Amino acid sequence: MAETITLSVARYRPEEEAEPTVQTYEVPYRKDWVVLDALNYIKDQLDGSLSFRWSCRMGVCGSCGMTVNGEPKLTCAVFLSDYLPGPIRVEPLQYFPIVRDLVVDISDFLEKLQKVKPWIILKEEKPLSEGEYRQTPDQLDTYKQFSMCINCMLCYAACPIYGLEPGFVGPAAIALAQRYNLDSRDMGAQERLDILSQKGGIWDCTFVGECTKVCPENVDPAGAIQQYKLAGAAHWFKSLLLPWGAK
Amino acid sequence: MDVSSCDVLVVGGGAAGLRAAIAIAEANLNLRVAVISKVYPMRSHTVSAEGGAAAVIKPNDSLDEHAYDTISGGDWLCDQDAVEAFVNEAPVEMLRLEHWGCPWSRQPDGRVAVRSFGGMKVERTWFAADKTGFHMLHSLFQTTLKYEAIQRYDECFVTKLLVEKGRCQGVVAIEVATGKILAITAKAVILATGGCGKVFPFTTNGAIKTGDGMALAYRAGAPLKDMEFVQYHPTGLPLTGILITEATRSEGGWLLNKDGYRYLQDYDLGKPQPKPVLRSMELGPRDRLSQAFVKEQAKGRTLEGPYGHYVHLDIRHLGEKLIDKKLPFVRALCRKYVNLDPVKEMIPVRPVVHYMMGGIHTDIYGATPLPGLYAAGEAACVSINGANRLGSNSLTECLVFGARAGQAAAAFAAEQKETNPAISAQARDEQRRLEESFLRKTDGKERIAPLREEMHKNMEACAGIYRTGAELKRAAQVLRGLQDRFHDLQLDDRSYTFNTELTAALELSFMLDVAEGIVASAFARQESRGSHQRTDHPQRDDDKFLAHSLAYRSPEGPPRIEHLPVTITRWPPGQRVYGK
Repeated sequence: MAETITLSVARYRPEEEAEPTVQTYEVPYRKDWVVLDALNYIKDQLDGSLSFRWSCRMGVCGSCGMTVNGEPKLTCAVFLSDYLPGPIRVEPLQYFPIVRDLVVDISDFLEKLQKVKPWIILKEEKPLSEGEYRQTPDQLDTYKQFSMCINCMLCYAACPIYGLEPGFVGPAAIALAQRYNLDSRDMGAQERLDILSQKGGIWDCTFVGECTKVCPENVDPAGAIQQYKLAGAAHWFKSLLLPWGAK
Repeated sequence: MDVSSCDVLVVGGGAAGLRAAIAIAEANLNLRVAVISKVYPMRSHTVSAEGGAAAVIKPNDSLDEHAYDTISGGDWLCDQDAVEAFVNEAPVEMLRLEHWGCPWSRQPDGRVAVRSFGGMKVERTWFAADKTGFHMLHSLFQTTLKYEAIQRYDECFVTKLLVEKGRCQGVVAIEVATGKILAITAKAVILATGGCGKVFPFTTNGAIKTGDGMALAYRAGAPLKDMEFVQYHPTGLPLTGILITEATRSEGGWLLNKDGYRYLQDYDLGKPQPKPVLRSMELGPRDRLSQAFVKEQAKGRTLEGPYGHYVHLDIRHLGEKLIDKKLPFVRALCRKYVNLDPVKEMIPVRPVVHYMMGGIHTDIYGATPLPGLYAAGEAACVSINGANRLGSNSLTECLVFGARAGQAAAAFAAEQKETNPAISAQARDEQRRLEESFLRKTDGKERIAPLREEMHKNMEACAGIYRTGAELKRAAQVLRGLQDRFHDLQLDDRSYTFNTELTAALELSFMLDVAEGIVASAFARQESRGSHQRTDHPQRDDDKFLAHSLAYRSPEGPPRIEHLPVTITRWPPGQRVYGK
């Protein structure tokens, strides 16, 4: 008999049940399979009604974040062999409303992302005929890591502040704001600081640091928030002592 | 049912769709633009593109060189007026993305850096390390957020185009989260839904690449063009099909057979040199490299593993420093998915379905023959890619022709009066079809996965790198049979809430249509050109086939194929010469 492994998968079908339940499935054990492959085996061979998101299967589209054995993971990037002998618990990302089975509602993030103005802000853009903005490799390196965020939402699912205070703008959005602040082409840092100094902004973070630990792309949102707090504090201090200096 | 309206509706939120949306918002401030996508835009498959995007910017390069590389790479099937427009507008489109914040890799002096790619005589590929598509997509998506005119329908799956009085006037879609049917009317619609690699079993494409837009246009009466031209990328990881970018070879990587021999020298691609030579050996075009693999396998000189035959891609001699700087994603992917470090070990690779040169027939403004319907990006066939796309032209194509389609659709929409109210009756019919054929159906006997597997097996066996008329004929019959069996489909899932079995069924149905288009076009083309190789017709035949294939839907049975002459401006058909 071929080897198998058990997956305990969270189910929630709002048209049929009031609360999430758990369903177990036996799937073939293959050492090359990621957890997502096992979910697709279930969907194709055992139970077509299981719902989850996925696309690229190479850790870059950010669709397939779920909670695997209690930790937020991209299911295309963790292997069945990481969880021997099983069973493997697969649940939706925590702190988000569950839409169905393993699918969560991330529309809150999309609204917050837009709020922090993640685009290049300029007083006046130079004409395209003048060519590119010069940016040295060192200048690129100052913001590069924050630009690697794939919006997979693992950092929100790891953030206890977001769990307690859903108004918190959250790690990825702050990291992306900082990505533009540090970009030598951008002039919007003050606008974003004004937004992020408000309630739900950077001051909500108590520096737990879980966001940075779970990031599959080695982005450091906790570091971004720290940098931001320093900038925010310096700005506050200057505006207190030198009211004209903060302008 | 929920009825809403906009002026221009863009279907698809990848590079082409988002570029189009911005073009519309900037072209006419009075137009209401909407982007509808079955996924959140940042999940779109543009995200997986790695190596780069071509545009002439360096003084040692020229627009004519870019045009010639593209046209010869495409084995003279490209429309040369389209190519000229493309190479002309490519630099400004790439600069625009630079101004929008794309983190391009740079030279020490701060200017944008370029690298070489296969089939290219001068280096002109802009890159953001080896995550170029990811950075382009996120830069574009984040930039769209500043335009208040751009509205989004995220995770809404388009099932049908609304056509009334010979004009496309909107779509019917399912809001996936709720199952609600949306009828969205629009004065113009742009299809930017990408390719259809998932028609094949072994592909670099993400799960979402199921040819939706191609099938929607085809069903609405617009023809699909040059569908027989399927690009195999020579270097995918076995099992997963994960792409190992061509940039590995432009940086100096070698392809080695089981004896450690650079076998491409046996296939008219030049002689090995220690440093990479442009348009030579490992920097030959993708079709020729993938074909060389098959021949090498026939000679018994490839390696064999649990997931089929493979060869080695060796980048060890590039050194850890260069690999970490320019190919960090390749190193990460290899470590994660094949458990090896390319700094120390060779990477197993084999050809893998990567890109569709064909697509919805458009003119050079992105307009299809159906008034009000436009297409751009991989979903479209303008055609600049001919019989074989040049690596790093596709991302740029999304920008140039996304912008062109956006501007043309905006101008068209501005001239239209209100949309026709009769289309809400059509939308109700579509809602009834979805209920009766899927959600409320109880007497079906077929399941999705076996039908999909049979389609896969059939396409790989008969419509792969080398084809014959007899095999294609058989493939067409198998696909007809699958179309019939599809009508007997039974779903496990009756829910309205995030029903991904329903969307998978609709995707399968789209793929079957597209697969028939590929097979019928390949059968009709009795010659070998670029990526389409017929062992029963091994020569290129310019007398009969210097022409595009157009596949039209016929009411019953397989598509009807017509041919349309290629536009030649300044580059008469010649021989493709590499390695000289």
